[in-house]
Amino acid sequence: MKILYFAWLRERLNRASDEVSPPDGVVTLDDLVTWLRGRDEALDLAMTNPAIFKLSIDARIAPGHTPIAGAREIAILPPMTGG
Amino acid sequence: MILVSQAPFDPGAQANRFHTSHSEAGAMVSFTGLVRSDPRDPITALILECYENLARNELAAIRDAAIARFTLIDAAIIHRHGRLVPGEPIMMVATLSAHRQAAFDGAQFLMDYLKTDAPFWKQEETAQGLRWVDAKPADDAARDRWTR
Repeated sequence: MKILYFAWLRERLNRASDEVSPPDGVVTLDDLVTWLRGRDEALDLAMTNPAIFKLSIDARIAPGHTPIAGAREIAILPPMTGG
Repeated sequence: MILVSQAPFDPGAQANRFHTSHSEAGAMVSFTGLVRSDPRDPITALILECYENLARNELAAIRDAAIARFTLIDAAIIHRHGRLVPGEPIMMVATLSAHRQAAFDGAQFLMDYLKTDAPFWKQEETAQGLRWVDAKPADDAARDRWTR
């Protein structure tokens, strides 16, 4: 599945996306974020306060307990500043 | 109408087209957000990053919620992204209702949710370089009043 990063998170990681295959046991969005942070020090540092980030599955905002089975595109979204 | 685009738009023309499509409306409220340059800390441009697919879905959900909550006849959201210079319209909301209060409330609701729940991120271009605009706790508070 594709992981998308935006705004200052994309800048800190120096890339806009990753292609990953999470192992069995990574079931929910929260599991996925924990797994991603465990394999990437820069992401772990950037997400020290995970509560500020929203997550989306296939372009729909979803809470952390949402299962990721079948997802094609997951985004990690820093606080938004639209309007 | 939901429009997410890099293209400039004419707020007056959009508002006229929107209200003339609904003869049953008695009130229209429209709000246009502009790129602002503070003379004490000027910017040369505002660069808006956007997750387009999510933006279209989220804006449609926010619009549908406003129509249902305030019994609006219709609501429209236009939001630009890309590089904009001071004075340019960034975004616009417009609401149509039978009477004025619902149109005012609906427009305020749309604006408050757009500030915090629409996937856009602003970067200011200054003489010293680029800087990200931080999300404001006051914007969260403005949105949260609708859930109380």
